[in-house]
Amino acid sequence: MIDFDLTEEQAMIRESLQGFAREALAPQARAVDEAGEVPDAVIRQGWEFGLIAAAIPEQYGGGGGERSCMTNAVVLEALGGGCASQGVAIMAPGQFVGALIDFGTQEQQAEHLPRFAGAEPAFASLALQEGQFGFSAGALRTTATRKGNGWVLDGEKRLVPLGDRAGHFLVLAREDDGAQAFIVPRDAPGVTVTPESGTMGLKPVSQAKVTLEAVELPGSARLGGDAGIDAGKLVNQARIGACAMAVGLSRQATDFAIPYAKERVAFGEPIAKKQSIAFMLADMHIECEAMRWMVWKAASLLEHGDPGAAKACVLAQDYVRRKSVKIADDALQIFGGHGFIRDLPLEMWLRNARTLTVLDGPVSV
Amino acid sequence: MADFRFSEIDQQILDKVVEVGNSTQGFTRYYEDHEHETPPDRLEGERGFEEVFPLFGQRRPDDTPMMTFMMAVSIARGSARGVVRGLGLAMPMGRASGLGNAALQSAGTPEQKAKWGDLFLAMSITEPNVGSDTKAIQATAHLDGDEWVLNGDKIFVTDGVKCDGAIVWATIEKTAGRAGIKSFLVLKGTPGFDLVRQERKLGIRASDTAAYAFRDCRIPRDALLGGDETVPKEGGSAGYKGVMKTFNMTRPAVASGGVAKARGALEFAKEALAKEGVEVDWSRSFNQRSAVEQKLIEMEADTEAAALTVLHAAWLSDKRRPNNLESSVCKAKGGEVCRTIPQGAMEVLGGMSVSHDHLIEKYLRDGRITDIYEGTGQIQRLIIAREILGYSSEELT
Repeated sequence: MIDFDLTEEQAMIRESLQGFAREALAPQARAVDEAGEVPDAVIRQGWEFGLIAAAIPEQYGGGGGERSCMTNAVVLEALGGGCASQGVAIMAPGQFVGALIDFGTQEQQAEHLPRFAGAEPAFASLALQEGQFGFSAGALRTTATRKGNGWVLDGEKRLVPLGDRAGHFLVLAREDDGAQAFIVPRDAPGVTVTPESGTMGLKPVSQAKVTLEAVELPGSARLGGDAGIDAGKLVNQARIGACAMAVGLSRQATDFAIPYAKERVAFGEPIAKKQSIAFMLADMHIECEAMRWMVWKAASLLEHGDPGAAKACVLAQDYVRRKSVKIADDALQIFGGHGFIRDLPLEMWLRNARTLTVLDGPVSV
Repeated sequence: MADFRFSEIDQQILDKVVEVGNSTQGFTRYYEDHEHETPPDRLEGERGFEEVFPLFGQRRPDDTPMMTFMMAVSIARGSARGVVRGLGLAMPMGRASGLGNAALQSAGTPEQKAKWGDLFLAMSITEPNVGSDTKAIQATAHLDGDEWVLNGDKIFVTDGVKCDGAIVWATIEKTAGRAGIKSFLVLKGTPGFDLVRQERKLGIRASDTAAYAFRDCRIPRDALLGGDETVPKEGGSAGYKGVMKTFNMTRPAVASGGVAKARGALEFAKEALAKEGVEVDWSRSFNQRSAVEQKLIEMEADTEAAALTVLHAAWLSDKRRPNNLESSVCKAKGGEVCRTIPQGAMEVLGGMSVSHDHLIEKYLRDGRITDIYEGTGQIQRLIIAREILGYSSEELT
């Protein structure tokens, strides 16, 4: 049945994270962006909410809560409404954990999940992106080849979030004709992790190039064992994760532009009283709403394993891709030259919106 | 819990609505060409909603709430290809489904509802020189003894020919602006109430549109909707606000009509292109898609987004929560996609899409009105902007 209400629990999480985003993330967003590094302290603060641990089964020390894509969408939207970069730094390991919960064998879960069950931050990253322009998760160049009972991985993964901190990588690689995921310890022979040259948006999120040269892995490294994984679903969860953040960011940019448009006087009246500005703000509001429902629908269908989920993800990503960048861009336009100056967050939001909506990831629902 | 799936029975109903709606496809062009000809109650091969109604009995009480589901039904119904009866909004719930009926229900006194509830009532607001700016209405009413005397001209009265009567807006005190505006129920046949003409239109030809003239038209004193004869000094009168509230209920319904035309056009285009071997491959990433695939995806995403805003506004109303802002949001989206999607569908289909051999051009013509009636897209944006900026209607014009 059609329902737009969050569960009581989701509503509570949303409220407390919106507070955290407003009071802790947003005020230091500019300083963090300029410094190019997310402070450990804020990652720690974020982890205290137990967001990633909540869905880890109790037997591995987690909260034993439901593994919910919808809840994650709510979480990411709230964090994205404070600072996308800090939000990513807090939630990126959730990509690894979520995949382990969804697809991992009992042994894989028992080995890895306990590390993420506490309030202490732990790091592991999904390694999805590759270096070629026109990258598609359906046409990976990184390969996994069988060798005896094990696997050999070759290739190069790019823009791996928090690659400098990660203890493990979940590497998406082409195996025969399909994509599968492999758990790769950072210290496995043949793995080289080097920092990226930097990125336009999500600048403070350290990103790494992970080179895999004939990396030999045991048979148990393949996520899901013999069953493997539904790589399409894994990638869609990452796409919608980034979209949820972009929705939060869009709302934040809209809410930031509204009071300014009422204060800024031109030709004797606030610019908000001019329809060219008022209508721009109205459209921003309209699309914030529409985008949210698109993302919620995709997340909810993913959660229920609905056959329409994959299509809903394509539609949501397409929609958010167009609208969130437009909103961030229009917010900047309302501030005019001030939007271009790095004192205010407008230019940062534009960079972050563009980055979130071209990367498949760096967070997942 | 947030959920966007229709139950099995609801999906069955929605599919059936389209099936039934498609049953008169063969006659659609005829009634486009003969626009003022009313089709008989049942056309040859026409399947009726009696096939659909029994299925409603199988809905569970905890299923999608009624208003929300009716918007989905309306979208399904309006996307079908058969002869449209009336505006094609929601289901034909008997005759008492005019816009005036909605006004009577939200602003009428219990006595008025009892007296006129079974009549088919149109809504008559617009004048030759007054559209969205309703407080500038020129038609007047003054009390003479125990009767109101109406004078003025009205246009664009939806169902104005078929209806039994109309809710007519007129001012009882011109200098009072919005506060002086009241609505009156005027029955057909009242002396001084003339049906001047029936309009010829770009689309929605199955819905009649009338022009009225009132010349010293005398109606009983209790025909004033809501019964409040006072003119408040400041702000809008309760009567005006009451009637404006009507639009919180009707905007989602009207928006659903626009989404319906968008969806119908999109489905038509997808089906026609599939026959030519062009189909969206949903697994391909952005940069591997053809231009037509990307266009189809964008059109579907836009249509879906608009549909969700309609469902959301209706759902708020089901939950008895305020939905003034959301009604305008969905009306703005419905008004957008009713234009862009049929236009885009014709673009991807190419030259033959203009031919009367096909119905696709009808979606463009029928859909177009959605961004105009019940408040243009610009008016909706004005309402939204005032709300989010905290401006009054005087502060932001």
